[in-house]
Amino acid sequence: MGSIHSAVLDLKRLDLLANGNSTIHRLDARAKVLVTLVFVICVVSFSRYELTALFPFFIFPIVIISLSGLSPLFILRKIALLCPFVLAVGIFNPVFDREVLVQLGPLGISAGWISFASIVVRSILTVGAAFILVGVTGFTAVCQALERMGMPQVFAVQLLFLYRYIFVLAEEGGRASRARELRSCGRKGLGIDSFSSLVGHLLLRTWQRAERIHMAMLARGFTGEFHAYRQSCFGKAELWFVLGWATLFIILRTQNVSRFLGSLITGMFS
Amino acid sequence: MSHHIVEVKNLQHVYSDGTAALKDVSFMITHGESVGIIGANGAGKSTLLQHLNGSLDPTAGSIHIGHTPLSKGTMPDIRRTVGMVFQDPDDQLFMPTVFDDVAFGPFNLGLSVADVEQRVMEVLEQVGASHLRAKPPYHLSGGEKKRVAIATVLAMSPDILVMDEPTSGLDPFARRQLMALLQDFHHTKIFTSHDLDMVLEICDRTIILHEGLVKADGPTSEIFRDEELLSSCRLEKPLSMQGCPICGGKR
Repeated sequence: MGSIHSAVLDLKRLDLLANGNSTIHRLDARAKVLVTLVFVICVVSFSRYELTALFPFFIFPIVIISLSGLSPLFILRKIALLCPFVLAVGIFNPVFDREVLVQLGPLGISAGWISFASIVVRSILTVGAAFILVGVTGFTAVCQALERMGMPQVFAVQLLFLYRYIFVLAEEGGRASRARELRSCGRKGLGIDSFSSLVGHLLLRTWQRAERIHMAMLARGFTGEFHAYRQSCFGKAELWFVLGWATLFIILRTQNVSRFLGSLITGMFS
Repeated sequence: MSHHIVEVKNLQHVYSDGTAALKDVSFMITHGESVGIIGANGAGKSTLLQHLNGSLDPTAGSIHIGHTPLSKGTMPDIRRTVGMVFQDPDDQLFMPTVFDDVAFGPFNLGLSVADVEQRVMEVLEQVGASHLRAKPPYHLSGGEKKRVAIATVLAMSPDILVMDEPTSGLDPFARRQLMALLQDFHHTKIFTSHDLDMVLEICDRTIILHEGLVKADGPTSEIFRDEELLSSCRLEKPLSMQGCPICGGKR
């Protein structure tokens, strides 16, 4: 179960990145969540054949990564992990949508390929932005920020618990699976059957653990309310951060900056 | 009235699948006593502990904590009085960081932020874990998790400390540290354990559970001398009371 184990380690690493102390790390989590939200909305709201207007948006991940000192390779690898899903979503577009949209000399590019490329670029941008957000803020702080911005507490608590117990569950699942592997002596064991019972057991064990955790919470006076210890505040720096990026994103969304630059350059030569 | 008395009368518990885990258990523990509850696997130790703070409902019988009967209405108060440390710290540490976890109880008690902060730092200092306060629980080692789990309970300033297998999974040094910590806690203490040497060292009184019944209840030193009683309950003398495996002599 090397893969589960390394995935958990990777997740822990992403979590540890949030302990950094750069200008970006020090900003209030709400500012970062807001900016990421505006970014994602702007990127996904383009029409499906839009490609050129998306490229200027790469400025956001590039600037944040270089300011916060995250490893670009690490983020790229995380995004690459999701690529198969993105390809699966977009792969049929070129097959069904064959109308030629762009003529490059003798080569006609169909609308399907354009929308496919657009899906890929959008995914890289949005998924990358989400990873960067967690990397510079930490999952807990993101949840708390969402709650402070009005998300119902129940959801915030669910998310926090999910995140806390991913590690415990992955370790438990990894152990069970290793035990199965060792006893199947390099062969397939009982194949898919033994896996279904393994997953069933894992579910029941999760259930029992949830009961014990609830008991532990009740034993410490839990009455349904979470009191989180907070100390960050939304100051001037946060305000400028949000205003600056949001304005830029809205300009990039409403004006096609790539085309403008292109016509500027071609205009210079003509 | 003392808050520190635990009285269990004719307690019975039958699980929904029909297993009778506790058949008839009665005892009384008074202020400041340190009691070890021992017994074979499946003797009913963990079930008994879960009754002490109302995590399970008795099938029959009653439990009084400091003369207050345990019922729905008195539960919140009793849960503050009885601090329960679970066997698996992963069940007990559910907040994102160690600090948040220890602060969870005091916040629920309605303390102010400054008071909570002070109390958290005090108990983390007490268990020797103040350097871990910003860490998430899943980054801790087994011994560290255990110490933090104890801190979460101490932060509620309980009058009675109840622990399920406190030394399980600890290395010898961490076990010693934990035992020293427990000896410093001067209120009523109740432990279940298979670590009989620990029971011998820190418990003045021992209760043996066997198949859901109290088989013996008395001073620890006397109970551990009765070999016949111990072997009839699938137990044996603590290692420190047995002969040396190399020279055969006793300490």
